[in-house]
Amino acid sequence: MSAFLEIKDLHAKVGDKEILKGVNLTIESGKVMAIMGPNGCGKSTLSAVITGNPTYQVTGGSILFKGKDLLKMTPDERANAGVFLAFQRPTELPGVSMAQLLKAALNAKRTFLKEKPLDAVQFMKHLKVRATALGITDEMLKRSVNVGFSGGEKKRLETFQMAVLEPDFCILDEMDSGLDVDALKVVGGAISVMREEKRSFMIITHHDDLLRYVAPDKVAIMRDGKILQVGDKELVAKVEEKGYDNF
Amino acid sequence: MQEKKCFFLTFFNKSGIFIGMNKKNADILKILKGGYKEGFSIDISAVQAPKGLSEEIVRFISAQKNEPNWLLDFRLKAFRQWQKMPEPHWLKGEYAPIDYQDIYYYSAPDRKEKPKSLDEIDPKIRETYDKLGIPLKEQEVLSGVAVDAVFDSVSVATTYSKALKEKGILFCPISEAVREYPDLVKEYLGSVVPYTDNFFACLNSAVFSDGSFVYIPKGVKCPMELSSYFRINAKNTGQFERTLIIAEEDSVLSYLEGCTAPQRDENQLHAAIVEIIVKDRADVKYSTVQNWYPGDENGKGGIYNFVTKRGLVLNDAHLSWTQVETGSAITWKYPSCILKGDNAKGEFYSVAMTNHYQQADTGTKMIHLGKNTTSTIVSKGISAGKSSNTYRGLVRMSGTAQNARNISRCDSLLIGGNCGAHTIPVMKNENKTAIIEHEATTSKISEEQLFYAQQRGLNKEEAVSLIVNGFCREVMKRLPLEFAIEAQKLIGIQLEGSVG
Ligand SMILES: Nc1ncnc2c1ncn2[C@@H]1O[C@H](COP(=O)(O)OP(=O)(O)OP(=O)(O)O)[C@@H](O)[C@H]1O
Ligand SMILES: [Mg+2]
Repeated sequence: MSAFLEIKDLHAKVGDKEILKGVNLTIESGKVMAIMGPNGCGKSTLSAVITGNPTYQVTGGSILFKGKDLLKMTPDERANAGVFLAFQRPTELPGVSMAQLLKAALNAKRTFLKEKPLDAVQFMKHLKVRATALGITDEMLKRSVNVGFSGGEKKRLETFQMAVLEPDFCILDEMDSGLDVDALKVVGGAISVMREEKRSFMIITHHDDLLRYVAPDKVAIMRDGKILQVGDKELVAKVEEKGYDNF
Repeated sequence: MQEKKCFFLTFFNKSGIFIGMNKKNADILKILKGGYKEGFSIDISAVQAPKGLSEEIVRFISAQKNEPNWLLDFRLKAFRQWQKMPEPHWLKGEYAPIDYQDIYYYSAPDRKEKPKSLDEIDPKIRETYDKLGIPLKEQEVLSGVAVDAVFDSVSVATTYSKALKEKGILFCPISEAVREYPDLVKEYLGSVVPYTDNFFACLNSAVFSDGSFVYIPKGVKCPMELSSYFRINAKNTGQFERTLIIAEEDSVLSYLEGCTAPQRDENQLHAAIVEIIVKDRADVKYSTVQNWYPGDENGKGGIYNFVTKRGLVLNDAHLSWTQVETGSAITWKYPSCILKGDNAKGEFYSVAMTNHYQQADTGTKMIHLGKNTTSTIVSKGISAGKSSNTYRGLVRMSGTAQNARNISRCDSLLIGGNCGAHTIPVMKNENKTAIIEHEATTSKISEEQLFYAQQRGLNKEEAVSLIVNGFCREVMKRLPLEFAIEAQKLIGIQLEGSVG
């Protein structure tokens, strides 16, 4: 049986600049993988390449997701196959409300799965339950996506979108940066609730803050475009204590 | 020989689809009785006038409609004036000079060879109907397969028109108003848009076919949105619609024009006039969704739409224009407000979207005459393909417009690198106490925005459509809800093929 996510010798560049220099990483079904690494080592680029961001050109290697060749799929096909990215720096969509975006997204996925679109009542119910859990107000749902929100609010909204779309593979890029204690608890709680056998997480982070709420099954250390080491959660403490120079 | 003139009193049901009522007019021969005028040499038993425009043709049209002399005089004056006017070509765009002698100016609606079934309709248009969720019966009406389709909801429509009557509201074809309420029509026709106004308005005044007439009595709030659209199915008959709306003091009206379904017409030339009189403290909102055939991907065919829309706004009155323009090969249209009364308020909210080889030159004129008059202009232009999209606006503060104020915002969104967006705001401030504010932006949809939406599962076209609709939200939300939902879908459909 193939792994949940299998990345082999992945190379990617922007222009002439090589950023991913042979990434190897395997994530099992139902597991939480933490990715840690210094600024600029390529963590966000890895998440961008997995999700198909056209800014980056893949120059070698492969990504298999549940046996499917992700590199052959468009960004939306990957999304509808269950790959979700909570962005480190989410983009503004002026005039588009969060509710609108999520309705379009949910219905796109349901169409993809050959299910009927949700009606307005079902949709609002689905949305409201999760909004309440994540402390998202009606006002926030009506406002333009990512326009004028505080850093912490944006992270909560990214997590909220994940909760609404219920993807199988969740990549969270620094969801813990800039969160106050209470928000951290909320985001950590949301991830914990979503943990299940069919769903895996890739949590990109610099600290153990979020990982205290969501114990990772494994931790990967990334440096200079490569995964240097994969170990268990003791690695987190090691990084916190000594930094990346020992890897 | 029966002449059937279709007039739809249309209302929107919950799903945003209109339901209609068909009203037949009398026997053409009966109409023609007494319509014979001296020196009139066209065979009056013909249901179609020969091609071309002459005094005889104008007389013929008037006779066909059994019009009173004052209206014939109005038409003739307009025609004589029109002959002296040159065709304007100042708009940002190009079109070959129109051969006005190669156009039919009158023909009875039912003469055209109609498609026998929906199977004969361009599959592309049918696809659009399906995407908009228009029921089959209605598709038949829209495409001209069935002109007389009797809707299940006739009784509903009748109830509505009864409700209107009870309030003293008049809503009927203008040709009927000429017969039934001649004094009103005589008093107001041409009072806001005189026939001398411009070339196309002048042409319309000479040959207008039909249109709507609305009268809202003093103090009456119209209990429903009034909507109408006209279908004249004769081949090559220029469409010269004429609408006259009179809102008496303290009255309230919301009026919808057009339809999101693509409207096909063999006639290239459309020159319509809308005149609105908004008396003291009255409030009129006029919303348009224009989706005339824009021509094909190569710029072949398509409607030329030259429209003059203007409202006269008196003391403490309010006129709001909202338009979503997605169709036509050429759009030339400047819904305007003459803010004559003190404290009068004018608004213009517009989305103009062009794709392929479409050319839109649209905007507004806000003429401030009264004290403390205010106007707001919000224009959103979206250009894709090889199209050209121009905002052209005039804000004039006259010497009498003490403390008048205008705020204008014109945003352009470009999709792809082959289209053009232009903003031509003209500001004339003749009053020291008046203030004009103008802001303009031009933007593109960024790669990051597209990727963000795609990452959430939307395909590229859905992503572009979502972002474009976001760009126009401020205008869209001013449309009545059902209309807005339809208009949103429409923008998505019009964008198809514009993203690589
Ligand atoms: N679009 C781009 N154009 C040019 N350089 C880029 C681009 N995207 C990423 N880079 C460069 O690639 C390297 C890796 O960037 P990336 O954002 O993946 O780092 P990161 O590991 O996520 O860092 P951080 O912890 O600061 O978020 C950096 O040196 C960055 O400047
Ligand atoms: Mg990063």
